Amino acid sequence: MIRFERVTKRYADGTLAVDDLSFECADGEITVLVGTSGCGKTTSLRMINRLVDPTSGTILVGGEDVTKSDPAVLRRNMGYVIQHGGLFPHRTVIDNIATVPRLLGASRAKARARAYDLLALVGLSESMAKRYPYQLSGGQQQRVGVARALAADPPVLLMDEPFSAVDPVVRGELQHELQRLQAQLHKTIVFVTHDIDEAVKLGDKIAVMQVGGHLVQFDTPERILARPENDFVESFVGTDRGIRWLSFFAAKGLELRIPATIETTTSADEARRIARDASTDWLLALDAERHPLGWLEVAALNGGASIDLAGLRSLGHTFRPDDDSLRAALDATVLSPAGVAVAVDDQGSVVGVADHDEVTRAIRAASGRA
Amino acid sequence: MALLTGIQPGALTFHFHKVSDWAWVTSHIGYFWQLSRTHLYLAFVAVAIGLVLALPLGCLAARVPRIYPPILAVTTMLYSLPSLAVIAFLASSVTGLSDTTVILPLATYGLAVLVRSVTEGLNNVPNEVSIAATAMGYRSMRRLVTIELPAAVPVIIAGLRVATVSSISLVTVGSLIGIGGLGQLFIAGENTDFPTEIIAGLVIVAMWALIFDGLFLLSGRILAPWARRAR
Repeated sequence: MIRFERVTKRYADGTLAVDDLSFECADGEITVLVGTSGCGKTTSLRMINRLVDPTSGTILVGGEDVTKSDPAVLRRNMGYVIQHGGLFPHRTVIDNIATVPRLLGASRAKARARAYDLLALVGLSESMAKRYPYQLSGGQQQRVGVARALAADPPVLLMDEPFSAVDPVVRGELQHELQRLQAQLHKTIVFVTHDIDEAVKLGDKIAVMQVGGHLVQFDTPERILARPENDFVESFVGTDRGIRWLSFFAAKGLELRIPATIETTTSADEARRIARDASTDWLLALDAERHPLGWLEVAALNGGASIDLAGLRSLGHTFRPDDDSLRAALDATVLSPAGVAVAVDDQGSVVGVADHDEVTRAIRAASGRA
Repeated sequence: MALLTGIQPGALTFHFHKVSDWAWVTSHIGYFWQLSRTHLYLAFVAVAIGLVLALPLGCLAARVPRIYPPILAVTTMLYSLPSLAVIAFLASSVTGLSDTTVILPLATYGLAVLVRSVTEGLNNVPNEVSIAATAMGYRSMRRLVTIELPAAVPVIIAGLRVATVSSISLVTVGSLIGIGGLGQLFIAGENTDFPTEIIAGLVIVAMWALIFDGLFLLSGRILAPWARRAR
């Protein structure tokens, strides 16, 4: 456990970087420090491994005051990942990863063997081992950075905007990868970012900080989105915080109904009859495995013979009630031409649909409970 | 010029008035080799002394930025002193007609070039690399020696190339006080009105400069294979 007790950092020129900060990072959880630039989040992180020492207050790691420890020894027991990786340009990937085991006295062979395990753990192939950092993409460099931080199996991992220099697609992959690793390793992670989406996605707890080094709110992501402490937090989490908040509610609670469907062999006349019986303007087209193909607009049908499958309207996307959130379901209704979200099972077969009204009802029910 | 009394023209046996005399050149290969050895010895001792002094000074200047401008001012001022004047002064008063008289100013020039390379090389090491090294648990001396200096090697080698080439060229001035090296070919050629000897001296000096420049370039590629496309 990492505990900040009334920690203040004032620089020699009088600037207050961190102001009377107190909070706790629980073991095995990801605590995200989030805020605009100049809010003291990086300074706070760096006080944990003594890259910066506090002016007053105490930081306890596992009950020990960090300022009482030898900084080099302390740091070897904490992983550290920064923006751009900070990889050593003159060392190969494998020797970068082997850095801390070597510092802790492991033989070169032992440290490298360990480094190969980590290379695999972060999803890089062995063919990368002998490359130099400049030969890697930004995303690969960050993976090596994470592997290097984990090499000595430290209980604590400090991450300073590790994914902010890569493009959004790679960032998403790296975030997912971190979640996967964390589910396996249960490290105590302190993660700094300026991106509230990243904070909400990764954090078990979020500390929102404001310029001047104030901690404004320390809470779970759900509560930060649902009940921002003040105007600053509210504006920081953005105008679509309500939509984001929905990602914490499972789509399981939706009451799905069985839609009116057609198959690829259904004739236009039959389709009109099905639509009339169900009193709907839209029919869901399915293939033989009940995979959804798209929406058929009854008004657009010509003649009485076969249906032109090329004229089907796109589904937008489907959602899976067992895994997805209400956010995904709502998004699916918004994108659907019929205003109806299509739910599928793991095989991609349709299990039911939910319209705007049903999604709205589920949102009301869920937020009422929250 | 009293200084020129040290010249030994005895090595010269032919006095042709042709611009180039290939036969003379081929018959003196052994002599050129002997002069080259002295010449390169003086040049490299000077560069080595320059490097040995530049490393700690450059590291210090990179660590304490405040002292970099004064170090730069002093070394640049020394660099700007005309070598001939310095050698004449040292020869007549301090170190006399010895190797030291030649090596001392050349080492100073090497120092001026190299202190800049070492400092700039270290300053060019990306900040996040130094921070990462510290955060991994390196103590400052080990970080300097195993992370920062190796990362600065490409810039330091670039400085070594400049220092070596200029040192090889400048050793010739030592001949004015009779200190060995290929410069003696210039003096003797001038005294005996024999251009072939002067041209031979020029070509050989240029050749050594090119060879060692190339060797340093190559050693850079070998020592820092990672730098080929970095930055």
